[in-house]
Order: sequence, then structure tokens, then C-alpha cells
Amino acid sequence: MKNIIEVRDVKTIFDERIVHNGLNLTVKEGEIYGLLGPSGCGKTTLLREMVMLQKINSGSIKVLDYELNHIKNEEAQQLRQKWGVLFQSGALFSSLKLKENIALPLVEYTNLSKAMINEIVEYKISIVGLKSEDANLYPSQISGGMKKKAALARSLAMDPKLLFLDEPTSGLDPISAREFDALILKLRDILGLTIVMVSHDLQSIYDTLDSVAIIDNKKIVYEGSLGNIKSVKNEFIQTFFGKYNE
Amino acid sequence: MEHSSLDILHVDGKLRLKFFGELTLYNLTSYQKTVDSINFSRETDVIIDFMELEFLDSAASIFIYNLEKKLLSDGIQVEILCKNEDILEIIHLVKNQKQISTKIAHSAKRGILEKLGEHTYQNYLGFLSFMAFMGELFSNKICYIISFKNIRYKEIAFEINESAVKAFGIVALTSFLIGLVVAYQSAYQLKIYGANIFIVDMLGISVLRELSPLITAIVIAGRSGSAFTAQIGAMKITQELDAMRTMGFDPYKFLVIPKIIALMITMPILIFISDIMAVIGGIVVANIDLGITVDLFLDRFSEVVAAKHFFIGIAKGPFFAFLIATIGIYRGLMVKDDTQSIGFNTTKSVVESIFAVIICDAVFSIALTNLGI
Ligand SMILES: Nc1ncnc2c1ncn2[C@@H]1O[C@H](COP(=O)(O)OP(=O)(O)O)[C@@H](O)[C@H]1O
Ligand SMILES: [Mg+2]
Repeated sequence: MKNIIEVRDVKTIFDERIVHNGLNLTVKEGEIYGLLGPSGCGKTTLLREMVMLQKINSGSIKVLDYELNHIKNEEAQQLRQKWGVLFQSGALFSSLKLKENIALPLVEYTNLSKAMINEIVEYKISIVGLKSEDANLYPSQISGGMKKKAALARSLAMDPKLLFLDEPTSGLDPISAREFDALILKLRDILGLTIVMVSHDLQSIYDTLDSVAIIDNKKIVYEGSLGNIKSVKNEFIQTFFGKYNE
Repeated sequence: MEHSSLDILHVDGKLRLKFFGELTLYNLTSYQKTVDSINFSRETDVIIDFMELEFLDSAASIFIYNLEKKLLSDGIQVEILCKNEDILEIIHLVKNQKQISTKIAHSAKRGILEKLGEHTYQNYLGFLSFMAFMGELFSNKICYIISFKNIRYKEIAFEINESAVKAFGIVALTSFLIGLVVAYQSAYQLKIYGANIFIVDMLGISVLRELSPLITAIVIAGRSGSAFTAQIGAMKITQELDAMRTMGFDPYKFLVIPKIIALMITMPILIFISDIMAVIGGIVVANIDLGITVDLFLDRFSEVVAAKHFFIGIAKGPFFAFLIATIGIYRGLMVKDDTQSIGFNTTKSVVESIFAVIICDAVFSIALTNLGI
């Protein structure tokens, strides 16, 4: 299978604090790939580096065959249309209604008619499990779970090949969280997405992930399937996965 | 509650500290004083007696832990007598935790020179980042203005409405009052010399050339400049700016440039309105206080006030607007990830943009006077 993301020898430094030192990972096409690790180990930072919100100090990141260190402006713009990003807090545009939030990329990047865009928005709204009457609400008028779903709908608006999720189920009640997991699996199957997500939700990790990378001590301490993770000698892995029985 | 106390006695050549009742953060300090006042130097054995103690909390356990450690390091034998399981457990817990915990480093006190140096360096960095912002604004983004299809007419129209059309009322009212006040004060002086009609010369030139542009700029800096900072700052905190970037919507193109253009277009119009209102204020005072009719005022006005003063005033508009908008937006982008920095940067934005406007006005004044305009 093709490599969608290749991270090689990445080093990240904030002020004088080293967050990543020689980090390597590979995400393959069609995978649901999880980034795990203790709080503050740099998962969000790595995700931000992959979506060009933050520069790395050394090393290289390749996303969908674009080398991010040397990417040209136009290429970067093309790349941004090929992925969707779901932020931890949703980050919906607070001055726009839900349907306008979802329609925004379509309005800006395509010359589709209004009616067509409406159709697409309706479809995206239903695919993520929102009701069509929610579409006219502003982000401040809806619950946290709905925000996550609406933000997911927005990140799916352009039918991206690649989806980045930062803690998609955190802050959701268990029922919504399981619905969200099922939704992500369904989307992967019907849209053929590759998904990279940060998660702390064990249930969600076991239900959805194909591969995981564990970041600890500035490096990847494990990359691969969940099957034999418990045999790895690492304090974080032992405490995090130790008690879970599939 | 049990009566809590501490008995200090000597039994068989050993010092015995016998605690009664409770030992908690509430009564710890007084015990600490008592214990500190004991002279341990002649002792070889100390017994800490908890047999009568009912309750010990973690703060008190830390105290006991430290006391024990100090005594042991002085070569004194320490024995803790206790049968209460709960108390033993908490002592044990604290002991284990303290052995692995490390001291929190206190940041060293800094001298005035170091603070001054850091402050200067911070200001220098701030200046550099403003230059970087201006550089990005010009080099990278001017291209959006050059090619017509990239102009965001909708956003510009929206901003014109938000930051200018809605400001018409307050600009008009402020200017009217300024015209009124300036005319009233000068009328008082002019009457003394019987030079009533010169109110027109005075008012005309000062209002058109200096007062209106400044008043308008100050009102807009306070009203729209601060709004830019707060809006962009809040968008930064809620990650809306990040979301825009990942979707490929350049915030410069969507937020920054439209705001700057909108303000640059509308500022001259606002100054024009301000001119009208301030002159009306002057006419009212001249009419009531000095007995100059409206016709006479206007005749004299067109006779003595050259049109260049009006045009100079209007021409300042785009420059002031550019300063206000860029400073407001720059400050918004400087907001860190906490809400307090919104307030801080909004204040800075207003103060700095008014300051910049006044500097710019002074430069205009000197340059134009030297050019003989
Ligand atoms: N903008 C920043 N400036 C300084 N340090 C940062 C910044 N962003 C993140 N960090 C630091 O980088 C480390 C990783 O943070 P993050 O990626 O958010 O962790 P997490 O794995 O919990 O998502 C943390 O120690 C954090 O303090
Ligand atoms: Mg995080």
C-alpha cells in the first residue's frame, strides 16, 4: 500500500525545550492511524506540523507526496484542499451558521451552484448524524458533541483523502463517543479515507485503530498494530494498555 | 472535638513529645513554634508519641517527616509510637512521596539591569515581529489586490458597513460638539477685540486641516481598531484562524486585507462628514453668540478658507486608516492563547494607533509647511 504520510527524523524545539527528537513514522493508505502518548508528549504538536501550522526544526515530513519543507505556495494550497482537519474544540467559525460553515470550502473552492451546494451540505449533515434543522443554528447554540459532528462535516465537505482528528471523542458522553467511532469506521469504508487521530479513549482506540504510534520521551517507542502491544516494555504502554481485556 | 495539646516530658533520659487530640494544618503552626523552641542539642533519644493522637493530616505528616529527618541528621535517635492504622498509613504515604519528590525550583531574583535588558530585548523583538507582519502584508499579499478576481468584494463591503457606516453617528456627534466647543472658546476671545467675523477663518482652517482628521481617527481607533484586535484575537484563541489556514483560506486575504481596504476607503468619507458637522457646530455658535448670520458665515468661508485645507484633511484619511487597521490587526495576531492577552492587546492597539496617528499628523504638518502648502 502507498505511504500517505512519512515523518523522518523530526526534531521540534520550543524555546529550549525539546519536544520531538528524531521522530519517525509512516501512515499507509486506508489506515486509521492513532497517535498516543502521555499528556504533553507532543501529539497535537506533531499533528500541527503535519498540517503546516507549525514548522519543524529539522527532519522532513511528506504528506500525499508533497515534501512540506520545500512546498510552494500553490502546491500548499492544493494540498490543503485534499485534507480535512478536526480540531480538538471544533473551531467552527462562530459568525457563521452550521450550514454556512460546511458550505464555506465549497463556496470558495468550487463553482457549484447554490442549489448543488445545499444538496451537498444536506448530505454531509446527515452523514455525520446531525438533523437538518440543526443546520440553521450558530455554533454557540449547539452542544459539544454536535459541534464535533458539525466540524467533522465541515472537514469532509471537499471529500478529502486524508483526515486529521485531534481527540475526536474527548468531552463526549460514552454513547456519542461510540457513535462517533462507528461513524469514523463507516466513513473510512464508504469514502476510502486515511485517518490520523490523536486519542486517549481506550474503547475508541480498540474499536477503530488499525495501527498506533506511541510517542514517549521525544521518540516513537512503538509503531504497529494493537495486537502485540502489551508485550512492549514501556511504562506508559504497560499502564495504559495493561488492564484492558479485549 | 477532642482537646488538642502537646506535652513535652523527660522519661528515662529520653525526650518525649506527646501529642493529644488532632494534629492538622489548623493547629500545626503553634506546635511548630513549640518544637522549634526546644533545645535538642543535649538529647540522644526522642520519642514522638502518637498514642493519644486521634487524627493526623498530610500537612502535619510532612512536618513530622521533616522533624524526624532533622533529628536523625543531628545524630538523635527517633522513635514514633503509634497504634492507629490510619495515622501510620498517612505517615508512610508522605514518607514515600517525599523521598521521590524533588524541590520546585524558585526562579532567582533578577537585578534591575537584567530586567531592563530583557525589557529592551522584548521591545526589540516586538518591533521585529511588527516589521515581519508588514513585510508579509506587502510582499506576499499585495498580489491579491493586483489581480482583480482575488478582491473579496463581499468581505470589503461587510467591513465598510461594520467599521465605518455604523460609525457615522458617533463621528458626526463628536465632531459637532468639537466644532461647538472650539467656536465657543474662540468667540469669547474674539469678542474682546471685536474681531467677531474672524471666527470663520480660525474655525475653517483648524477644523478642515487638523481637527476633523484627528477626531475621526481617534474615534475610529477606539471603535473599529479595538474591534479588529478583539475579533482576530478571539478567533486565534478559538483556533478559528488555524482552521482557516488548514482549509487553505489565507487569513490575510480573508480578514486582514479587506479590513485595511475598507477602512482606507471610508476614512476620507468619515472625515468629510466630520468636516460638515464641525462647521455646523461653528455656525451655531457664531449665530447665537456672535450674531453672524448663516449667509454671512458661508460667504466669508468660501472667501477665506482655501480648498487646499479641505483636501489636505481628506488626504490624511487613508494614511490614518492604514495605521489604525494594521496596528489593530497586528495586535490581534499577537494575542496568545489566553483571554487576558485579548484585553492587553486591545488596550495596546488603541494606544498605539492613536499615538501613530498623531506622529503621522506631525510628519504631515512639518512636510506640508516646508513645502509651502
Ligand atoms: N506554542 C508553544 N510554545 C511553547 N511550548 C509549547 C507550545 N505548544 C506546545 N508546547 C509544548 O510542547 C509540548 C507538547 O504539547 P502538545 O503537543 O500540546 O502535547 P499533547 O501530546 O498533550 O497534545 C508540551 O510540553 C507543551 O508545553
Ligand atoms: Mg493535545
